[in-house]
Amino acid sequence: MTLEGVLIVVAALFCVGLYGALSQQAIVMVMMGLELMLNGVILAVAAFWWFLAPAPEGQVLLLVVIAAMTVEMAMGFAVATLVHRSRGSDMTDMAGDLSG
Amino acid sequence: MFTSIAFWLLAVIAVVSGAAVFRVDSMARATYALAVSFVAVGAILLLFDLDYVGVITILMMMMEMAIMGVFMIMFMGMNPALMPMDMVHSKKASAAVSLSVFVMLSALALLIPWPSRRGSPDGDVTAALGEALMESKMLVMLVISSILFATIVASLVLANPGGRYGQASDGAIGGKQRARHPDGGGK
Repeated sequence: MTLEGVLIVVAALFCVGLYGALSQQAIVMVMMGLELMLNGVILAVAAFWWFLAPAPEGQVLLLVVIAAMTVEMAMGFAVATLVHRSRGSDMTDMAGDLSG
Repeated sequence: MFTSIAFWLLAVIAVVSGAAVFRVDSMARATYALAVSFVAVGAILLLFDLDYVGVITILMMMMEMAIMGVFMIMFMGMNPALMPMDMVHSKKASAAVSLSVFVMLSALALLIPWPSRRGSPDGDVTAALGEALMESKMLVMLVISSILFATIVASLVLANPGGRYGQASDGAIGGKQRARHPDGGGK
């Protein structure tokens, strides 16, 4: 187990999530992709903590990433509920006009 | 040796179940696959001696997946485990972008001359985290707590059908004023 090995696993997790976030139509599935990307970020921060600088600051950064996941989920579900209520659909293609 | 074998086993489980999220034919199975991926990453954190953060990750993600299941059933309106699912767009472009990013990130991971480890973990990693949160890093937690509170308020405002000022279909006149109008406030 080396830092490079862990980071390749992180890259795989991040890119699987990226594929999901880009390709899925259902908002819930897009959020699953984003969660998977953040899952990779958590693993990357843990790997840097373990292999480079095992100081408490690294653990605090991990808690920040976990909090970011929570915020993403809460806001994502709130927006999904709003879109579903106003448009009767939870598909991203039905909300294309929100892109600006 | 045991740590290495356990890490690679958990890493394979995390990546394969992560990929399964977008391969299985129902959203319920996708949720279970994502939960497995999170549990595998949480277990890897435990291998890194991050006991508190690892357990928090596992518990929080299991709860999150349960909530996700509730939302799925709410939006889909039927048993999601029985519904075949193939709701994708730009499949080839997404795969190409993801593959390119994977190659780039892997190349960076292998080519960067990473420095050697500085210091060693504290004897009690969880106690060290608690002390950091209560002392030098308290500002971080204070900022996060206000962000989480703002998230709660924003989520409720967005998800509330009436919104802050009532139903949009009611127009600008409020309930009490509408009661005074014989025609029901223009409706």
